[in-house]
Amino acid sequence: MPVGRRAVLGTGTAAVFIAGVAPGPDAAAGETRGEATVATVTVELHVNGASHRLTLDPRTTLLDALREHLALTGSKKGCDHGQCGACTVLLDGRRINACLTLAVLHDGQPVTTIEGLADGETLHPLQAAFIEHDGFQCGYCTSGQICSAAGMLEESRAGMPSFVTADLAEPQPPLTDDEIRERMSGNICRCAAYPNIVAAIRKAAEIRA
Amino acid sequence: MKPFAFERPASVMDAAIAAAVPGASIIAGGTNLLDLMKLQVETPSRLIDINRLALDRIEPTPEGGLRIGTLVRNSDIAADIRVRQHYGVLSRALLAGASAQVRNKATTGGNLLQRTRCYYFYDISKPCNKRRPGSGCAAIGGFNRIHAILGTSQSCIATHPSDMAVAMRVLDAVVETIKPDGSKRAIAIAGFHRLPGSTPQVETVLERGETIIAVRLPPPLPGVHIYRKVRDRASFAFALVSVAAVIQMAGGRIQSARLAFGGLAHKPWRVPAAEQTLEGEAPSPAVFQAAADAVLAGAKGFGSNDFKIPLTRRTLHAVMAQATHS
Amino acid sequence: MEMNSPIGTTPLDRARDGIVGKPLDRVDGRLKVTGGAKYAYEVAQAPEALYGYVVQATIGKGRITAIDKTAAEAAPGVVLVLTHENAPEQARNRRAHPVLNSPDIAYYGQPVALVVARSFEEARAGAYLVRVSYEEASGSYTLKGGLGQARVPSAGYSSPESAVGDFAGVFPKAPVKLDVTYTTPLETHAMMEPHATLAVWDGDSLTLHTSNQMLDQGRAAVARTLRMPVGKVRLISRFIGGGFGAKLSVQADAILAAIAARHLHHPVKVALTREQIFNVTTHRSDTIQRLRLGTDETGRILAIGHDAYSGNLRTESQFEAAADQTRTLYAGANRLTRNRLVPLDAPIASAMRAPGEAVGLLALECAMDELAYRLDIDPIELRIRNEPAEDPEKHIPFSSRHLVECYRAGAERFGWNKRQPRPGQVRQDQWLIGIGMAAATRGNVLVPSSASVRMGPDGIAIVKMAMTDIGTGSYTILTQIASELLGVPPDRVRMELGDTAYPEAAGSGGSFGAASSGSALYVACERLRAVFADRAGLDTDKAEFRDGMIVLGGKAVVLASLVGASGIEVRGEIRPGDMSRKYSQQSYGAQFAEVAVDGDTGEVRLRRMLGVFTAGRILNEKTARSQAIGGMVFGVGAALEEAVVLDPRFGAYYVNHNLADYLVPVHADLPHVDAVFLPELDDRTNPLKAKGVGELGICGAGAAVANAIYNACGARIRDFPITLDKVMSALPAQA
Repeated sequence: MPVGRRAVLGTGTAAVFIAGVAPGPDAAAGETRGEATVATVTVELHVNGASHRLTLDPRTTLLDALREHLALTGSKKGCDHGQCGACTVLLDGRRINACLTLAVLHDGQPVTTIEGLADGETLHPLQAAFIEHDGFQCGYCTSGQICSAAGMLEESRAGMPSFVTADLAEPQPPLTDDEIRERMSGNICRCAAYPNIVAAIRKAAEIRA
Repeated sequence: MKPFAFERPASVMDAAIAAAVPGASIIAGGTNLLDLMKLQVETPSRLIDINRLALDRIEPTPEGGLRIGTLVRNSDIAADIRVRQHYGVLSRALLAGASAQVRNKATTGGNLLQRTRCYYFYDISKPCNKRRPGSGCAAIGGFNRIHAILGTSQSCIATHPSDMAVAMRVLDAVVETIKPDGSKRAIAIAGFHRLPGSTPQVETVLERGETIIAVRLPPPLPGVHIYRKVRDRASFAFALVSVAAVIQMAGGRIQSARLAFGGLAHKPWRVPAAEQTLEGEAPSPAVFQAAADAVLAGAKGFGSNDFKIPLTRRTLHAVMAQATHS
Repeated sequence: MEMNSPIGTTPLDRARDGIVGKPLDRVDGRLKVTGGAKYAYEVAQAPEALYGYVVQATIGKGRITAIDKTAAEAAPGVVLVLTHENAPEQARNRRAHPVLNSPDIAYYGQPVALVVARSFEEARAGAYLVRVSYEEASGSYTLKGGLGQARVPSAGYSSPESAVGDFAGVFPKAPVKLDVTYTTPLETHAMMEPHATLAVWDGDSLTLHTSNQMLDQGRAAVARTLRMPVGKVRLISRFIGGGFGAKLSVQADAILAAIAARHLHHPVKVALTREQIFNVTTHRSDTIQRLRLGTDETGRILAIGHDAYSGNLRTESQFEAAADQTRTLYAGANRLTRNRLVPLDAPIASAMRAPGEAVGLLALECAMDELAYRLDIDPIELRIRNEPAEDPEKHIPFSSRHLVECYRAGAERFGWNKRQPRPGQVRQDQWLIGIGMAAATRGNVLVPSSASVRMGPDGIAIVKMAMTDIGTGSYTILTQIASELLGVPPDRVRMELGDTAYPEAAGSGGSFGAASSGSALYVACERLRAVFADRAGLDTDKAEFRDGMIVLGGKAVVLASLVGASGIEVRGEIRPGDMSRKYSQQSYGAQFAEVAVDGDTGEVRLRRMLGVFTAGRILNEKTARSQAIGGMVFGVGAALEEAVVLDPRFGAYYVNHNLADYLVPVHADLPHVDAVFLPELDDRTNPLKAKGVGELGICGAGAAVANAIYNACGARIRDFPITLDKVMSALPAQA
């Protein structure tokens, strides 16, 4: 009974297609345990500037595509339901929970993960600031915190308000520490490096400003 | 997650047709649908991806309002300067919801259609009339801290978890849809969500395949816009009680009052009689209490959510005091 | 080395401007901020691992009558459905962790099957196809409901009870009496990384890449369970995404991955989902605690009693030792502490950050606050009046105790003198503002640990031990110790941890990790220094080690030149001696909190918090502060938000078993939080003169918050967590 490699059944492009459980043409041998197959889809993911053509079970989340198919394990699975933020990546520059979306939904779209933030050996200012301010302990939420912070600083620069913004009509709300805290609340850190994370983000924001 | 066929229709009309197939489900942001699919609470056999349709714009309407495409992300509504300046209650409500990551993905239509956060609904090993009609309601007699106190039935005491919908309710938004036969309709948000009754699995008035294409906001309402959300932690938590309020004062009296409530019922809750109680009155604790009485008429706790009755009263009082500077 | 006498002056004391204690950035920081640190589930494996997904029982108690796995086995990608019918027999003794070894269901959520498939998606879908039929039995699920069955537990890491003097005779006659009952809820560790294991067999040898705090203990448990020689089992945990006690013992993910991988002759990895963690693994029991404090009119304690009830699975003996800190914190001649255990049909209760003190101090320190108001004495003054000169029960000296200094320094920094003694006096807009304080204490422990240090001709020091870094900073502080003692810069120290192939080490638990593993390293470095001194012909006690050289007088010898072609390796070991019997050992601190209570809704918002602590020598100012703050925030969560809710209609069913419904603090909950350590060296604890830090921060933190809430609005909530509904019901009518 072969149990080794994942069955790979490309079914053409991602434009319009139908996929489903066997019966597919290759599922004829479905009698044997482990050989029934789910028809796959082909997805082109652009991650950290590199293009990857993947043959995936359509149920594969963006997070699992990154972790299990591209070995980009920096994005973490803490809850798999968008409740912790450890999987935060940047999709087209905007922060999202990679666990709450399917890879197939993002065919052709650019994704940036923690592995893509540094410029070669030079750390991103947020990464350097997280080290300096000890913005983590166990490190498991860290990738998500940093990607989230990167997205958050862009949002702030673009004038995005938050729930704690006093005057919503103000086109460019100032990024106070309270604002950082509110905007970063989708990223749980159970080690509770929170004060240090805020200090790190503040430092990185000042470097960029 | 059960296997599904994945489709990407080329037009909104095709999407409605595809969505009409039994077992089909439209996916937009997916932040709630995938959450539920992973737990097999939702088990669509066909997933209709509408993300690439051009339904992601906010445009002015001839009447002086705004038309928000169904695919506009929650954060983009909240950040839109027109919304911030003229529909503050909506922007604030959106910003009160979930996390920035979820708001960046979640869509207008998806937010309106999100399912309840009832703990038992989320666990397929437990009875739930909404998930498995006829199986019973585990929340009645169980843990129901986040559950409804108004409009409940013996079948279901779930709440609608949206913040956005509460603000849209106070703004009298209109939901635009398209049906598989190509016909369109405009549904006033007041009538969009249903109360559970004996069919809690039917949550809206949408027909099979009927697909949301936009939400229309009437011209801006003058007055103070407030969205007050009371929750168990400072951020990233569902409302226990929320109040969307647009209050206009004139000559020391409440000229107009619009109030909608979240966390209390199977739909955003609005009571015209409560608003009438306030209008024309000078603000005072007694007037606020009278309004609260009207809002809470028929309210019933189920044990762990009994506190919502006094909490609603006190939150309404606080919001009115803030709005009227009294 | 065995710790039987004070250590005396050490090279760490002599070092001028040494690196130990300095706020060195974490040495593993770069790996963690770039996503390069590999946690258990992420270790690359050839061939690619198969995926296991756990199926859980959905009854409270009973037995499986049938399992239909036909559909699951036929599902796409599924290669194995493991149940009690085809799982290998495992040891069933007390220290084993058998899984799928019986049709009996002892508690809700117990694993009943593992579905293994070629992909995660297929394994998960397959798991939902397993149909289990049960015969249900009645059980006992709630602590309150089981109080009638409470028993005196057998002694574990704590003794169940203590008595000094005549509590029963004196308390009733005390001029001032407080008799109050506090309850704390069931809590979950909620570390960010779920339990996960990748199992790989090579012949009859098993390697588990797993997320485990105590590797040597874990290895022994796996070997016992699978009836293997310990030498054939290897556990590797280079990085661990938090533990807080959840990963002290081997969990089902490890055993299931191991048996599935053996069955399939193929690597298998299993991660528990966040939802599964709640019932499959351990939690902190809820507690019911009765505090009785009797004082004279000046607040001097005459009688102090603490009864603490907790629950556990009926076959388990561990209890939440919530009464323990009451044995040492305050003076008083008549004392009675009793921990009681209620047998339940519920998942296993085990240690969670500061087991005992974390919840015991919620009760004791709130009761002390109540007493202060009753007596109209400042809460700090009341505590100082009851500061004991020696351990009040064992009548032995404290190894070190500077609690009063913590109170005073904290009061000064926090602005305690601005406190309004009467509650409800400070209002800003809708907010009622209050401040509160509490004492922190956490027992200090030294456990056996060993380490090897090797220096090769390249001058790089390689340290190996089966120690773990669960975010505590082990990699960093051990690097600092080796760097300072060997006189080499930190980048010339290579720290290899997290592998049972290395010398047995303490692991991470009970706040003993840094001091125990660091002491073993200290001993090893001392030995290596002696070898170097000997080879250089210099006096060990007088020589200095710096810049990669041994230096004395005018002579300086490069260490790398002394190691020969093959290098030198030495081992060091520390064992606890009798110092823990001669001296009462605790870390201490004072916690201060300012809260705002919404006068309309009862919502509580922390405004600022300060902890002032003493924990002996601080090994890294930066990481210690971070740990202390992390503990304080844990305490804030316990005070305000955290509670696993049980629905006994379905067994020990934890209703809110996810991170949307079990709330832990988020950024917005935490404004200004700071922690400060006062200088202290404790030469009776261990060669480093350090004491435990990791759990100290949580101790008393929640009580300070609760006491601040009372000061803000007069609501004394004795049922944790203090949610807004409880506060609101104590607020006055709105104006």
